[in-house]
Amino acid sequence: MIYAGILAGGKGTRMGNVPMPKQFLLLNEKPILIHTVEKFILNNRFEKIIIGTPKEWINYTNDILQKYNVDLPKVVVVEGGSNRNETIMNIIEFIEDSHDLTEDDVLVTHDAVRPFLTHRIIQDNIEQGQVHSAVDTVIPAIDTIVESEDNEFISHIPRRDFMYQGQTPQTFNMNKLKELYSQLSEEEKEILTDACKIFSIKGEAVKLVQGEIFNIKVTTPYDLKVANAIIKGSLDK
Amino acid sequence: MINQVYRLVSARQFEISYKDKSIISEEVVIRPTHLSICAADQRYYTGTRGEEAMKAKLPMSLIHEGVGEVVFDPTGKLDIGTKVVMVPNAPTETDPFIGENYLRSSKFRSSGYDGFMQDYVFLPHDRIIKLPKDMTMEVAAFTELVTIAVHCLTRFEKKAHLRRETFGVWGDGNLGYIVCLLLKKLYPDSKVYIFGKTGYKLNQFSFVDEAIKIDNIPEDLTIDHAIECAGGKGSQYAVEQIIDHINPEGMVCLLGVSEYPIEVNTRMVLEKGLTLLGSSRSGADDFQRTVNIYKEQPEVVNYLSTLIGEVYDVKKLSDVTNAFESDLSNSWGKTIMRWMI
Repeated sequence: MIYAGILAGGKGTRMGNVPMPKQFLLLNEKPILIHTVEKFILNNRFEKIIIGTPKEWINYTNDILQKYNVDLPKVVVVEGGSNRNETIMNIIEFIEDSHDLTEDDVLVTHDAVRPFLTHRIIQDNIEQGQVHSAVDTVIPAIDTIVESEDNEFISHIPRRDFMYQGQTPQTFNMNKLKELYSQLSEEEKEILTDACKIFSIKGEAVKLVQGEIFNIKVTTPYDLKVANAIIKGSLDK
Repeated sequence: MINQVYRLVSARQFEISYKDKSIISEEVVIRPTHLSICAADQRYYTGTRGEEAMKAKLPMSLIHEGVGEVVFDPTGKLDIGTKVVMVPNAPTETDPFIGENYLRSSKFRSSGYDGFMQDYVFLPHDRIIKLPKDMTMEVAAFTELVTIAVHCLTRFEKKAHLRRETFGVWGDGNLGYIVCLLLKKLYPDSKVYIFGKTGYKLNQFSFVDEAIKIDNIPEDLTIDHAIECAGGKGSQYAVEQIIDHINPEGMVCLLGVSEYPIEVNTRMVLEKGLTLLGSSRSGADDFQRTVNIYKEQPEVVNYLSTLIGEVYDVKKLSDVTNAFESDLSNSWGKTIMRWMI
């Protein structure tokens, strides 16, 4: 079966001095999270759409789902973890407890704050996720990537045509992810903040899916302004 | 939800717009699966629609021929996954005498109002017609074109006299093919003649009683009623020949769109007591009747499948451009976009 995991675990520290995590801020008068959840509801391949959010924001999340009439039986809110991977593991744990996890079960994880994703991106993730144990959504790097290990001088400039920018969704075979994650030491878990990287360093192939340049992550006040402008200034007469 | 709407912004240039839509409303959410390109879309795409119309109507999403699947129905009336054909006419009022496609207040998709090139299309229940489960979606994609013929014939049935021994259809394009096919199915005892100018196109009309080249029409040939599907300047020559060969009190159904006014021999229209019946577009009832014909006469779907031209998998905007460009050089058949964007 195929599940969606919406990662809404952020506490919004990058958004500046606002009393609310970024996933709840309004984009065109609707919380960003609701925009994102609606897009997943429209794909009928998902058995459940599980939102992982900080414990203290669970009630709030349920309230806004109800307010915007998307508190459907297939939408569930669970407690997120201390970091991104822990939130994913909590979502997998919920699936294990409520449904039996099988070899082929796939989890499409997505940042709650990327509301601009398309049907095609979700669909490609599902299709590739059934063939490969991990899938990452990327766009070709536009800027040259410069590496500096000491923050002062360039240590390396990789070839730009080999570089991509990571987006979400990221899609995983849940059994495989559990297996790999359990092999990590506490220290490794601290460093490996990206679940695709876990697959990659363990020698597992991670399939690339084409993202979109507009599949932006709304994490700063600047992003929120851009996102609102994209909708409001959308070439309308 | 932020819906991606793929709009034409100027000739040959598409851009993405982002529209905020709530999935909870009176409307059903449909994922388009197969879209078919129409000559009217091409007039916008190439810019031949005229500078003024382009300025007034763009940016606008193109395509008004399309099918899809229900992905969400807030009322729960339609099952998820139901295959449907989408009705592009959007009336804003009802009138007991005037058809919904003739009301000046009606909106029409891809003509001043966004068409079906969107991530998701939101439609009221009365703008959706359920398709049979086993329907070939590439054929269903151009159902709207079939409804044009069905609409014309429905009006013909109400208004024409009852002698229907011979029909003449002018124009050997896609619409002419569909009209001939429907006439043979709806009036199996009548003779149907197709009049055209291109040999290889006329060869496609295997089911008609006779295919006749327009420069080779026997002088004594007569028809009871005629349907003109030529369009453009060709409409004028077609109407001229129709008036010559039609029997008195016949009905001349006009379907071909012409950008410029054409001349009509009104003297002979008067003398023969002819009726000129113009038809344009179609309404939801015509879609329902068309789908009923698909169900009752599956061989119609079979014949229509020979109109499937190029089929393109569309995963990005440049694929749309490729489909439109290739369609321009196809003289026969419909270009279908499998909508995977």
